[in-house]
Amino acid sequence: MQQVFSIPKSFKEGFKFTFCPGCDHGIAMRLVAEVIDELGIRENIISSTAIGCSVFIYDFLNIDCVEAPHGRALASATGVKRAQPDKVVFTYSGDGDFASIGLAESMNVALRGESITSFMLNNTTYGMTGGQLGPTTTMGQKTTTSPMGRNREYYGYPIKMAEHMALCDGTAFSARVALDSVPHINQAKAAIKRAFEVQLEGLGFGFVEILSSCPTNWHMTPEQAHERIKTEMTEIFPLGIFKDVKNNN
Amino acid sequence: MKDCEKVLIKGNYAIAQAAVNAGCQCYFGYPITPQTEIGEYLSGKMQELGRGYVCAESELAAINMVMGAVSTGVKAMTSSSSCAVALMQEALSYAASDELPVVLVNVMRTGPGLGYIYPAQGDYNQAVYGGGNGDYKVIVLAPSTVQECIDLTYRAFYLAQKYRNPTILLADGLLGQMMEPASFGKYPYPEIDTSAWALSGAKGRDARAIYSCARDEKAQIQHIKDLFKKFEVIKENETSFEEINTEDADIILTAFGSMARNIKAAIKVLRKNGIKAGYFRPITLSPFPSQRINELAKQGKDFIVVEMNMGQMYKDVKYAINGQSDIALVNRPCGEWLSVEEIVDSVKKVMEKNYATSL
Repeated sequence: MQQVFSIPKSFKEGFKFTFCPGCDHGIAMRLVAEVIDELGIRENIISSTAIGCSVFIYDFLNIDCVEAPHGRALASATGVKRAQPDKVVFTYSGDGDFASIGLAESMNVALRGESITSFMLNNTTYGMTGGQLGPTTTMGQKTTTSPMGRNREYYGYPIKMAEHMALCDGTAFSARVALDSVPHINQAKAAIKRAFEVQLEGLGFGFVEILSSCPTNWHMTPEQAHERIKTEMTEIFPLGIFKDVKNNN
Repeated sequence: MKDCEKVLIKGNYAIAQAAVNAGCQCYFGYPITPQTEIGEYLSGKMQELGRGYVCAESELAAINMVMGAVSTGVKAMTSSSSCAVALMQEALSYAASDELPVVLVNVMRTGPGLGYIYPAQGDYNQAVYGGGNGDYKVIVLAPSTVQECIDLTYRAFYLAQKYRNPTILLADGLLGQMMEPASFGKYPYPEIDTSAWALSGAKGRDARAIYSCARDEKAQIQHIKDLFKKFEVIKENETSFEEINTEDADIILTAFGSMARNIKAAIKVLRKNGIKAGYFRPITLSPFPSQRINELAKQGKDFIVVEMNMGQMYKDVKYAINGQSDIALVNRPCGEWLSVEEIVDSVKKVMEKNYATSL
């Protein structure tokens, strides 16, 4: 019988996901692990980890990791890369870490064109702390700190990170993908791969924003959550490749 | 330039060149007076040498870049001053728990808040006790001359790696901006092998993760105890101080950093005036030379702590004396350094009043 699926080698043996049921972190981490396998870079990779649900990447991936305080993953990754230019360096953050508390670090990494790769999961909320308003919370969305829904007066607007990253001259690749369906997951994997490739080719900063679900804090079933990504989120956060230096040049 | 040749050099440049000599592979920094020359010098030097340099977007980013760099086993540092070092306290707590050999240079200015660029020693508590969360300790070295800026920068890199502990070089604006003859010599310490813990990619070994997240309560209790046990070893091996004329002294003047220069001169004047004065200068502020101070106090020697703050080291000296002898504080919170004359007059007043009040 032909084996059609196996656990990526870049996962730790016997790992057990500790995410909530229906959480898309499992899919995102699997895609990252598969790409690391396919590019054959596992033994040459170092990750600076973020704070939030994404921090537990060091429990699951069989790679070297160094923790950074909240928001500082990209600064840490800059340090790793400047010290070890031959290593492949990446970060895996949530939107809170990357686009709120770490926005200065994220923008400056892109502007400097650091040769690192960053993934940002956009689930429109702070997941680990129980679903508060974050930088990507959509207009009208109810969270524990926007009980009447996000409005302009009190909260302002959500950030569109992939577009912002694409505007930075040091960014070599910026894309937004989603994990709500198989075709989208396949596109997501291709984008994750390209974001690593631009680093390997020395072209600059590689970035992928990944629309992902948080059924627990959205108070939805996993199916409803994926439906929200497909209908509501992709309206606000359009999918696509916003910059790829290979194509642009 | 020969290694042993004396050069006339400013404290900030001395620190910067000493970092280069020590094998610092990466420097990350953000400008702030009165230490900006360190970053200016290293921006060119590191590029010339093909080493790492980033003009960081903030002090937060700078020290976190250092954490990332040192996690791979190389030597790296940042430098800053007082109010901006305040921004780095979170990272020091992480680095202490992660056992990362971060080297941080603080060329102190006046606080609190923005304060100003004239010198002060108001960051003793910030350095020694830390502004980060949780139970942790950092190594703190306090130079008092430009020569010591060099010597203690070398030592900071060595101790940070030897004990895998964040290490602060606590200088001040006076020292940073002062020119003195000094010689660099060669980096005098052995290279530390970091391969047993540093991140290099999980090739032919299990993956390594460096983090302070502590989900297992028992393991965390043990981890904190281990960190403190390590610091006991540091205290045992590395506590250092300078002592002059303490043997026959009735009264010992104590200061750290560049303030110690004036007490060194003051004891000579006091002795000419018939007062048996001695000199004691902690070089390591953390670990603090409590034991030696305690021994001297046991012999009945009184202490006068002279510092450019409201009495921060004073508390540690008082704690070390443990009621065995008298202690007084001679201080000014910031600005013009207490002159030899002011110190001599103050010491005489303290003695006249029989230590009844602190000045």
